[in-house]
Amino acid sequence: MNLLDIQHLKKYYATHKAVDDVSFAIPQGSIFGLLGPNGAGKTTLLRMITGIFYPDEGEILFDGRKFDPGNDIRHIGYMPEERGLYKKMKVGEQVKYLAQLKGLSEKEAKQKIDYWFTKFEITSWYNKKVEELSKGMGQKVQFISTILHDPKLLILDEPFSGLDPINSKLIQDEIFELSRKGTTIIFSTHRMEQVEEICNQIVLVNKGKKILDGSVKQIKHDFKHNLFRIGVGQMPNPAQMATHHFTIVKQDDHAYTVKVNADSKTNDILSHFIHHDIPITYFEELLPTINDVFIERVKFTEQIPN
Amino acid sequence: MNKIWLIIKREYITRVRKKAFLITTLLIPVFFAATIVVPILMAKSGNSSQRIAVVDESKMFQDKLADYDNVHFKFVEAQIDTLKKSYQQLGYNGLLHIPAMDINRPSGIVYYSEGQMNLSLRSKLENRLQDLIEEKRMAAAGIDQGKLKEMRADIDIINKTGKEEREGSSGVAFAVGYASGFIIYIILLVFGMSVMRGVMEEKMNRIAEVMVSSVKPFQLMMGKILGIAGVGLTQFIIWVGLIIAIYSGIMLTFSQNEIQAAQSMQNGNSAATAEMIRNMKYVAGSVNWTLIISCFMFYFLGGYLFYASLFAAVGSLVNEDPNDIQGLTFPITLPVIIAIIIMFKAVQDPGSPIAVWGSIIPFTSPVVMMARLPYGVPGGVPVWQLLLSMASLIVGFIFSTWAAAKIYRTGILLYGKKVTMKEAIKWIARK
Repeated sequence: MNLLDIQHLKKYYATHKAVDDVSFAIPQGSIFGLLGPNGAGKTTLLRMITGIFYPDEGEILFDGRKFDPGNDIRHIGYMPEERGLYKKMKVGEQVKYLAQLKGLSEKEAKQKIDYWFTKFEITSWYNKKVEELSKGMGQKVQFISTILHDPKLLILDEPFSGLDPINSKLIQDEIFELSRKGTTIIFSTHRMEQVEEICNQIVLVNKGKKILDGSVKQIKHDFKHNLFRIGVGQMPNPAQMATHHFTIVKQDDHAYTVKVNADSKTNDILSHFIHHDIPITYFEELLPTINDVFIERVKFTEQIPN
Repeated sequence: MNKIWLIIKREYITRVRKKAFLITTLLIPVFFAATIVVPILMAKSGNSSQRIAVVDESKMFQDKLADYDNVHFKFVEAQIDTLKKSYQQLGYNGLLHIPAMDINRPSGIVYYSEGQMNLSLRSKLENRLQDLIEEKRMAAAGIDQGKLKEMRADIDIINKTGKEEREGSSGVAFAVGYASGFIIYIILLVFGMSVMRGVMEEKMNRIAEVMVSSVKPFQLMMGKILGIAGVGLTQFIIWVGLIIAIYSGIMLTFSQNEIQAAQSMQNGNSAATAEMIRNMKYVAGSVNWTLIISCFMFYFLGGYLFYASLFAAVGSLVNEDPNDIQGLTFPITLPVIIAIIIMFKAVQDPGSPIAVWGSIIPFTSPVVMMARLPYGVPGGVPVWQLLLSMASLIVGFIFSTWAAAKIYRTGILLYGKKVTMKEAIKWIARK
């Protein structure tokens, strides 16, 4: 079941098409990566999903019904990339205020604050002013205020910026836990290694258009170049490496990167090595990183004139 | 609606809790009170007594300079040259030398003192001596003093305005009109700027970005505007309360004894105090305060709502560069400044066309109408003009809020791009 279904969404500005006919679906409980270079239209897309902008055309289905910003935004938690808090306000009051604006009663808000502040070990910050916090501390407070109202859909735009590795880990674990409990998460970033680590599904947009979507596993599979890496105990005679099954892409110390030729299978590579009695130490398939796919696809679409 | 209320509450509470709020709210009436009380107290306590030696060579004025307040005259027979050196040792503060002279050409009167002669003493002395010389001259010309006094006329025109023949004074109307117009002007700018700074804070710190995922930009803008209006009203009510308290306090402490004393003794200080208190009572009675205060509240709120949303829109356009503020606020502050210029005219001539139109057009009406109202309704301001002015202000602020909300909605989420007024105005037309 899809929590969010985006159909042919368009948002045009006077000078450019910020979002141009984008469709994708986000299954309930998944961690969904929204990727794209700067200015690709990610923020505009997120602003339409959070009800800040109305799409010029297209439809958003939230939880199976037509998206109604007035009611549905209370089920959404949005942590924008550009985010801030009132500097002069106390941390506790600030979080309570944001929670109340999401529709929580004062009592509910206080209970949730107690729970999360204890969990993140920041109860001592309650009466501190926001301006006294470091950037990383501020991010933690911001994260709590985004999830305090138990949103069904959590949208995190660059959630780890400004966080040290320990706090990044803390937030990351929390994202996984929320996902396990059924929260659907949209994760927007340019940091590709985080995408592979966190997301099950991704959509890649560039210049307002969707250029790719699918599960991380599938995408890596789709964009592989049939590359394999094979480790050897001793370097063989180069003459022994001539074969129609594969070509050597790269040769390192005690290892080869090879590309399987069309009509050949992976086992043909192994057979070749075994046949020549070259000791194999390891053998693995080389899948492209999401980063590679990202760069390749963005470059590819940029070559196409629109 | 609940969300707007939460926003109003936050805006209100964070401002009211600030020290600056407490200080301005309490200090301004105290300052006001001080301007009234201090002169009275100073007059009461008086300066230290002054003794002045007078050498009157012609004996013309012998013992005719009466002591007043704490100034005492002592006629001495001594050589002016010796006294000049010794008057201070003899305990005099000053020495007045009136040489023998022709009363038709009086000259050569000198006052010797250590420091500068104070102004009130100078005018008092000059008046006394003038009167004395005039008396002498009249006696010389054979004019009867008593007859002359009988013949003197003293005319005081009483101005009764309106059907109920309220005794008014254009002086009072001028002062009240000037003051209330000026207060509205200050309020528009101070609270308008406060709204603008609030919006800028939310934009610069990227709070708006977080907020708009929970509330509509319009709610955020209106919540801020109404919250700050609440702060203004609170301040205003405290001021009115304190001023009334201070006013009645002054009446109670000074009036009874002071007025009686003034009547029985003709003591100079008390007379001045009594005069001032009479004036205060006169001012209080000659203006229709219910009308003024209720209209003041209306124009304060209406004018504020009209301008606050415009200031909010400007705040939403400001980017990182604070220098932009000047250029962007100018189109809004300009009509406020024009309003105060028209007001200067309106307090003097409340019926002039510029004053009439200025008090109807919503850009200037809050300031200008308040300047005209103390001249009375329907005497100074016909009822239709007041109603038209109020109606156009209501329509005006609904329109300005609507237009400003459009600009605000786009501006608050726009970073890094310098927006011109022209572009912003185009946003109004967008759906």
